Formats: sequence, C-alpha cells, structure tokens
Amino acid sequence: MDVLYFAWVRERIGEPREHVETGARTVRELVEELRGREDRYAAAFADLDALRVAVDQELADFDAPLKNVREVAFFPPMTGG
Amino acid sequence: MRIKVQKAPFDLGGEVNAFTARQNNMGAVVTFTGIVRDLEAGRLEAMEIEHYPGMTEKALGQIARDATDRWSLGDVLIIHRFGRLTPQDMIMMVATSAPHRADAFQAADFLMDYLKSRAPFWKKEVTDAGADWVEARQADEAALDRWG
Repeated sequence: MDVLYFAWVRERIGEPREHVETGARTVRELVEELRGREDRYAAAFADLDALRVAVDQELADFDAPLKNVREVAFFPPMTGG
Repeated sequence: MRIKVQKAPFDLGGEVNAFTARQNNMGAVVTFTGIVRDLEAGRLEAMEIEHYPGMTEKALGQIARDATDRWSLGDVLIIHRFGRLTPQDMIMMVATSAPHRADAFQAADFLMDYLKSRAPFWKKEVTDAGADWVEARQADEAALDRWG
C-alpha cells in the first residue's frame, strides 16, 4: 500500500510518500512496524495523540483495519480555513 | 455546489457576483473570506499551506453536502488556496445561498467550523526566525460540538 505523510510528519520522515509491503492488520500495527524500522519513524510516531490518520482518503482511527486498503496517510491535526 | 482547491489567487468580488447570478429566487447570499494575518507588524514573511490532493476535494464536498442536508440552501461555493501566501492574501472563501438569511448564515458558520478541523490543510508560518507549523487550537475542535 502507499503510505503518505504530511506537514511535520513528512518533514520528520523525510519523504512525502512511499510504498510499503506489510502484513499489518490495522493502522496501529502498521505504526508499530514503521517505528521499528529507523529512528526517523520512531520520531514521527512518538506520540499518536498528536497524529491523525486517513485510510483511503477518509479520516479513520488507529484501530481501522487495513484489508484491501490502498492508501494510508499520517498527519497532524488539520489547520484549514 | 462548487469546490475549488487552487494555488492561484481568486477574485472575491467576481466570485460572489457570479455565485449570486447563478441563484434562482434566493433571498440571501452570505460569504466569508479568510485572510492571512501578520503576527506582529511585518514579522510574517509567508504562510505556506499544504494539502492532501484528492482527500481535500472529497472532504470539502462532504462538508458542503452535510450543510446542504442540514439547512434549506440554494447553493454552496468553497474556494481554498494552497502554496505560499503573504499577509493580506485571501486564503479561502465560502458562499452560501438560501431563501432566508438564517439558513445562509448558519450554514456558512458550520462550513467554516468543519473546514478548519476536518479538511486536510496544514499551515506553516515563515518568519525571519524560522518556520513553524501552526498548531490546531482546542477551541476549533470544541467548536464542532455545538453542531451536535
């Protein structure tokens, strides 16, 4: 699946998107997997309360299932308007 | 209903006139415009707005549909810019039309509350001291509660 990052999450990880092959069943499992990869992921995902997630471009929670999902995005709370 | 997410500036007067001209027997048009505000005089060099192409249009469309379901509206227009803006630039606008003004006012207020916290935009303030992401305000999230 494609994993996208926005705002300071993108800056901490150092890229806007990447393709991830994963067996993670939920967003939370995906986060755990990414955290274990490198320090920059651990830094970006240090505090899940400070993050929001979208699954296939819809806001979701960290327990959302990833079966058949094409795109997951992580970002801070939105500041539009 | 029209949703525009764009880098280019928009012509507020032209947009409002065109929106109003498209309405049929609507007694009220309400508009709101968001403008880049300086921090203290001359400190803000730029406001950089990032968004999530694809999700942004969907989220704004859903917010506009929710408003249309809730109030008796003729039409909704949302324009939101992204990219590098400077103080006094217009960031975004909403326009609503309705037979009566209460619906148009309330729907515009609702659109703004949801657009601030539920549409995937992020603002970064650039000053001579560096650049910082604008943090979401608790008050903006709390504002959603009043719509039930």
